[in-house]
Amino acid sequence: MIEEKFDAIVIGAGMAGNAAALTMAKRGLKVLQLERGEYPGSKNVQGAILYADMLEKIVPDFREEAPLERHIVEQRFWMMNDSSHVGLQYRSDDFNEEKPNRYTIVRAQFDKWFSKEVQKAGAVVLCETTVIELVQDPQGKVLGVRTDRKGGEVHADVVVLAEGVNGLLGSRAGLRERPAPENVALAVKEMHFLPRETIEARFNLNGDEGVVIEAAGTISKGMTGVGFIYTNKESISIGLGCLVSDLKKSGQTPYGLLEAFKRHPSVVPLLEGSEVKEYAAHLIPEGGYNAIPQLYGDGWVVVGDAAQLNNAVHREGSNLAMTSGRIAGEAIFQIKSRKDPFTAENLKLYKKMLDDSFVIKDLKKYKDMPALLHTSSKNFFLTYPELIAKAMQTYVRVDGVPKIDKEKATVKSFKSARSLAGLVGDAFRFARAWR
Amino acid sequence: MHIVVCIKQVPDSAQIRVHPVTNTIMRQGVPTIINPYDLFAIEEALRLRDKFGGEVTILTMGPPMASDSLRKALTFGADRAVLLTDRFFAGSDTLATSFALSSAITKIGEVFGAADIVFTGKQTIDGDTAQVGPGIAKRLGLTQLTYVAKVADLDLAGRSIEVHRRAEGGVQVLKSPLPCLITMLEGTNEIRRGSMMDALRAARAEVVTWSAKDAGIPDVTKCGLRGSPTVVKRVFAPTPRAEKAQFVDPAGEPPADALINAIFKRAPKLEAELAELSRGY
Repeated sequence: MIEEKFDAIVIGAGMAGNAAALTMAKRGLKVLQLERGEYPGSKNVQGAILYADMLEKIVPDFREEAPLERHIVEQRFWMMNDSSHVGLQYRSDDFNEEKPNRYTIVRAQFDKWFSKEVQKAGAVVLCETTVIELVQDPQGKVLGVRTDRKGGEVHADVVVLAEGVNGLLGSRAGLRERPAPENVALAVKEMHFLPRETIEARFNLNGDEGVVIEAAGTISKGMTGVGFIYTNKESISIGLGCLVSDLKKSGQTPYGLLEAFKRHPSVVPLLEGSEVKEYAAHLIPEGGYNAIPQLYGDGWVVVGDAAQLNNAVHREGSNLAMTSGRIAGEAIFQIKSRKDPFTAENLKLYKKMLDDSFVIKDLKKYKDMPALLHTSSKNFFLTYPELIAKAMQTYVRVDGVPKIDKEKATVKSFKSARSLAGLVGDAFRFARAWR
Repeated sequence: MHIVVCIKQVPDSAQIRVHPVTNTIMRQGVPTIINPYDLFAIEEALRLRDKFGGEVTILTMGPPMASDSLRKALTFGADRAVLLTDRFFAGSDTLATSFALSSAITKIGEVFGAADIVFTGKQTIDGDTAQVGPGIAKRLGLTQLTYVAKVADLDLAGRSIEVHRRAEGGVQVLKSPLPCLITMLEGTNEIRRGSMMDALRAARAEVVTWSAKDAGIPDVTKCGLRGSPTVVKRVFAPTPRAEKAQFVDPAGEPPADALINAIFKRAPKLEAELAELSRGY
């Protein structure tokens, strides 16, 4: 066992862990951060999109050095059936601002940089070091961690669990349940490499501008799921995720769905001639507010994906992770400066500060959305996209059929696929879940 | 006893991509690693230290980011790391590299104690020349023991070492006086996992960073591109294979039949050839 005691041990060096470690180290706390990967980011497979605002609160001048791919100037939403997509596209030159709001990033590179900031602030960061279990006293108070290295037990006043969506340490120690299959999506992703000029020509981009495509519809075969395409500097990230419970029920394979997505006629020309270099799979918390576990206890707090903090509606995960990590770090610093012990009672401060932040407020707003999309997934992901695509085709095809008949046929197809009561009900439920 | 191990940070060649248009190596996102052959040298050095006492110093020349590899070597349990970094070193070939490294080893001797053994890997995976180790030995006047599979014995009092050297047609058992330079073969040992204590110490250790001047190199014209007579005439990528995966839709057929039919359709001669071959069976 290591004699030296730390103020805090952070488990994991992803967004949440780095934000927590950096926040505490900057304020002079003695921080030990443990990461099982070869380097921070080496195990990370997120898409990924970075939201600048939340990072600015932690590293104000991050734009100077952080490895950023492209700032996003255009967002496309696709509703797809098997042969077409109906799209909504928003592009604005306003996003070519001095300090852009959103970037695509490659996490393997970004996290490495983020970790360097943590190290510069004075935290001790150990990679290739896996925490095997939490060290607890008979009452369950967390005293420290046991790692897979020889002589690997280390103690601290408080342990920050930033171990990711399926973190086993917290669930093994009985601090929380493992996420339920209906509350997590399994996403698969590929990185397709292309020369940057090709990407810029194909996606209509100048310089470091980037595009994000989010797609839903028949690509998820009636399951709750979305596909995405992100442009990086010299690569395109393409992926697709569906709820684990749906995958289990349908027997569909994630890679099978991704293959079909890649072969969709709307996607093929975007990937033409590219070289696949990475294939990855990852769980994403989708349960929203109702799936948030106990966030603190005697000697511990949990942050980021491990705390299931992900806004599935707005596809925001890493910024909730960063924000929860930062807030946990600030709460711990406050308790430490008061020289108070790290009891559950005192660590409740973290929960309180998180409740007051946008993190919990946003998740509360959409708390009914996951359940709605889950129970009506066939309508939202299969029936409607099919109907809308059909309506669009009827509308744009010029074939001598009187327009009035076309409109009637469209209305009829909607009603026959989903009774009027069903349509109104879906709209009503969707509006209520969004409110 | 003082052992100096020379290592190199190299791009992970398993993950290198070639730009499809310009044919140049795309380094973006390619992770760097400690040259795999050097890991065997580090481990052998650590084993000797653990058995006979003394210190292990790790030395590398490279850009500032090469300190990542040094820190990793410290995590394995090495005692000290020295980074030789200077813009004068950019573009060094094996001649200039062995000059810079041998100067640094001399300086390390002055500052931290003379080296009894210098280790290198047998070669690097990016250059594959196997010239730097022997180059250092020649410049420092050390006996060179290349392609060593095992250090069989070390007699510090008698100032001698016995090694097994893999050679064509067998193993040579060689005895050499100290100091010497050893280039280590792969597969000879397995790199250890440092203890928690080693890892903590490594995370906090200062990497000793030297410029050309710090390393006592008076003549920088022997360094970097200027000191490198090797000229790269042309870089080219092997022609990538043009075959593409084809998806076969069985459409009711048994999948294996559908697959074989699709193959025969693409290679009509193959069917006849196979039929010919299988005649009589």
